[in-house]
Amino acid sequence: MMSKALTDREQAVTTELRLPSRLGYEKVAMSTAASVAGLMGFTDDRIEDLKTAVAEACINAIEHGNRLDASQTVLVVLSIAENTLEVKVVDRGRGAVKSSVRVPDIDRKMHGEEDLRGMGMFLIQSLVDEAEWVNDKRGGSYARLAIHLDREKEVSDEPSDPD
Amino acid sequence: MNPQTQTRAKVEHNGPLAILRFEGDVTSASKDAVLGTYQKLPPETKEILLDFSKVQYLNSSGIALVIQLLMEANKSGQKVQTFGLTPHFQKVFTLLGLTKYTSLHPTESAAKAAFG
Repeated sequence: MMSKALTDREQAVTTELRLPSRLGYEKVAMSTAASVAGLMGFTDDRIEDLKTAVAEACINAIEHGNRLDASQTVLVVLSIAENTLEVKVVDRGRGAVKSSVRVPDIDRKMHGEEDLRGMGMFLIQSLVDEAEWVNDKRGGSYARLAIHLDREKEVSDEPSDPD
Repeated sequence: MNPQTQTRAKVEHNGPLAILRFEGDVTSASKDAVLGTYQKLPPETKEILLDFSKVQYLNSSGIALVIQLLMEANKSGQKVQTFGLTPHFQKVFTLLGLTKYTSLHPTESAAKAAFG
């Protein structure tokens, strides 16, 4: 599906959080995202996927964007419009670019040829319907994740196996 | 206040078998609980069960520690079976390829039986 950021005309309902740049606070964003997704009617497995994606985006923002600087906050904006839940995770750093999403190679990791970490962006991209990383020209950067209720409907509309 | 919940690890030994039971969160703060506990296993340990049934939160930094454990076990010729992961984290382990080096089982008995 084409990437499509939510616009004002869609009258998004938003929830905002400001997290300290300390590891562990990503769980606050996870819980909030799970609550909002639950209100929208996403299934439990999609909510679990979203929780992990949001946690990984927040960890990247805390560790790499804000470099664990406790004086900087991570802004998390959850927006609902129609059937889409969009989550923006904003930090003050120079953000990642989508081309830096690498598929982890477990064999290379097991042989010490690849960093054991660096799996977060791959997980995010694998677990949500849309993921992008944007450098803001005014400074800072954000990760934008989105999940769509349409996909839930498509799954539930699939004809059941007559056997 | 430390917002990162501590990881607890309990170890049970039975001859060549060791069971590592993790509780709490498995994150970048879990190095001692995951790797420290593994590295203290007696040298006769040949089979290792990883129990995640009481883990509430696991992130990619914590999974990196599990990969390091698998790497060290692989070098030592030890076999590792895993059980107690939620369906979501079974999916995450599979996405990241960990299932090439440890099989995922629904129960402790199934994981034990997989050692043959």
